[in-house]
Amino acid sequence: MRARPPSFTRFRDAQAELSRSGAVLFRDADGVESLVIRYPYAIDYIHSYAEDSPFFLALAEGRLRGSKCRKVKCGFVYGTPRSHCMVCGTPTEWTDLPTRGRVHSWTTCHFGSEAFLHETPYNLALVEFDGVGSLLLVRLKDCAEADLYVGMPVEARFDPAPKYSITDVWFVPAR
Amino acid sequence: MVTGGLTKFAKAHPAMDFRLMVKRAYDSALKGVPNLSADRIDGTRISYFSDHFTRQLKAASMVQDYLGMNPKGSVRIEWGGATGGECFQAAYEAVASGRMDVCLAAGFETMSRVATWKGNEFIALASDTNFDFPLGGFYTGYYALMVIRHIYEYLRLGKFASVKDEREAQRLAIAEGQRIMSMVSVKNHRNALHNPYAQYPKRLTVDDVLRSEMISYPLTREQICTMSDGAACAVLCTEERAKEFTDRPVRITGVGCGTDTMRLADRPFGRVPLLPHERARDYENLRYPGVHSFRAGRAAGIEAYRMAGITNPRAEIDFIELHDAYASSEIQTYEDLGLCKYGEGYGFVERGDPFLKGIDYGFPTPKAGATPVNPSGGLIACGHPVGATGLMQAVFAFWQLQEAIPKQFGDRTLQLAAPKRGAIHSHAGTGSSVTVSILERGFR
Repeated sequence: MRARPPSFTRFRDAQAELSRSGAVLFRDADGVESLVIRYPYAIDYIHSYAEDSPFFLALAEGRLRGSKCRKVKCGFVYGTPRSHCMVCGTPTEWTDLPTRGRVHSWTTCHFGSEAFLHETPYNLALVEFDGVGSLLLVRLKDCAEADLYVGMPVEARFDPAPKYSITDVWFVPAR
Repeated sequence: MVTGGLTKFAKAHPAMDFRLMVKRAYDSALKGVPNLSADRIDGTRISYFSDHFTRQLKAASMVQDYLGMNPKGSVRIEWGGATGGECFQAAYEAVASGRMDVCLAAGFETMSRVATWKGNEFIALASDTNFDFPLGGFYTGYYALMVIRHIYEYLRLGKFASVKDEREAQRLAIAEGQRIMSMVSVKNHRNALHNPYAQYPKRLTVDDVLRSEMISYPLTREQICTMSDGAACAVLCTEERAKEFTDRPVRITGVGCGTDTMRLADRPFGRVPLLPHERARDYENLRYPGVHSFRAGRAAGIEAYRMAGITNPRAEIDFIELHDAYASSEIQTYEDLGLCKYGEGYGFVERGDPFLKGIDYGFPTPKAGATPVNPSGGLIACGHPVGATGLMQAVFAFWQLQEAIPKQFGDRTLQLAAPKRGAIHSHAGTGSSVTVSILERGFR
């Protein structure tokens, strides 16, 4: 017969033991004991880019695409593409974005969600482009936290080995 | 509203699953109103944010049956960080529409079931999974992007407008912004020392906050709320029924809700929707909302104020329980809700308006008591079990208006002097949906 799982009063200790043995007892301040088990689950999610697909295919070819409202009187240009115009509801058409822009805002992430923790620290920036009405969120590389500022000129770089992800493009300080 | 109850929010409540947490909050709510028994409740609205955190779909059905509410009507509410605020308004609508006389709003979240950084990943799935999540999937990062721009708009182009060197000016402005955000963190942690329900009551200095771990520049750990386990509930009913349950009811006089784009990158650069006490010329050169302000919060405020007949919120609201997931978003929200004009949020803190009178925060707060914000300690100090949070605010506001804080907290420090009207503010995503509800003392 298996012995009772080890008992802990600190949740952090219980968590650590869980990853080793898969079951613990947790005793709270009132002396109430709870049986806690590890329950792993993983999924392969079938994620379709659907109407956004041309953007990601273009990234793989080293091109940055936005979208432009087809209605002449509107003509809004999106820095992050969408297939219908948010202003007037008209379908948009694909358009090439400039590969140079400016930092609209920025941050350096010293932590991140679990999937990205190993990449910290990394910079995020919202980039603005001349003649484009909305922004694009990207990673900003080759510059330290202390070098970043609003208005900084930046230019796009593309992954020669595309992963079909938004991370296939990143920006660096413009030369 | 005739009663409310909550569990203490904690890092983890392994001895209670979500059903038992809600049951505890429900039992504590019913304790104060002997005439209100389960059979008088016509139905429920039950809120929780994330199926990922519960790993149990239809968890609201399990709450419904644990409370013994079957076969009464119920619906689950989810609206990101504003889940609790939406649940409150859903219960309000159930009663206001005539569908129910008495409605229970109950909410919970169990966030301790995964490690902190996996929890951050679950939360970040509430950002566009094509364009935003794969870049780092981190909400603190998104809020950092917003406050860097807010600081640029209002401190770089404001107080530091005369500094010639651009990078030096921005550096000074960020340091100033960080200092003032830290004052907000000190306030909320300090208030919570008198709130027995709070998860992280602390006496901190501005330096303590500044020196705490950098999470996403310029936001430090003490400027950010944590993940929690907890539950809260509120019972709403018609005015007729309210008299049967309590002689100290609280009237809900305004509800408002606003929305904005999921992606920060899509936020427009247009005109400010004005509150009654503002003029278009106040904001002639402001491109709004950009990523620096929350248009959804402004829209929610406009709707709620109009319904409640509020024309000057700073003068007409006695206190606000405000969704301070970040110290930065508390300051941004002062402006959205019209407690001060856009650009005046930092000065509003420095003057002391949102602080409580009679508490020593370790720095001068000359206008303390003007418009107390988060007298309870807010999310930063009380915790943020998402589906419960908006209802927690309702319970704290309810007790304030009943002048029941001394009884409920066993400490009278946080009780305001005869407050007549309070607001609760619940906020989701990067500001993609926000609710504001106005609560007023409903007795003489």
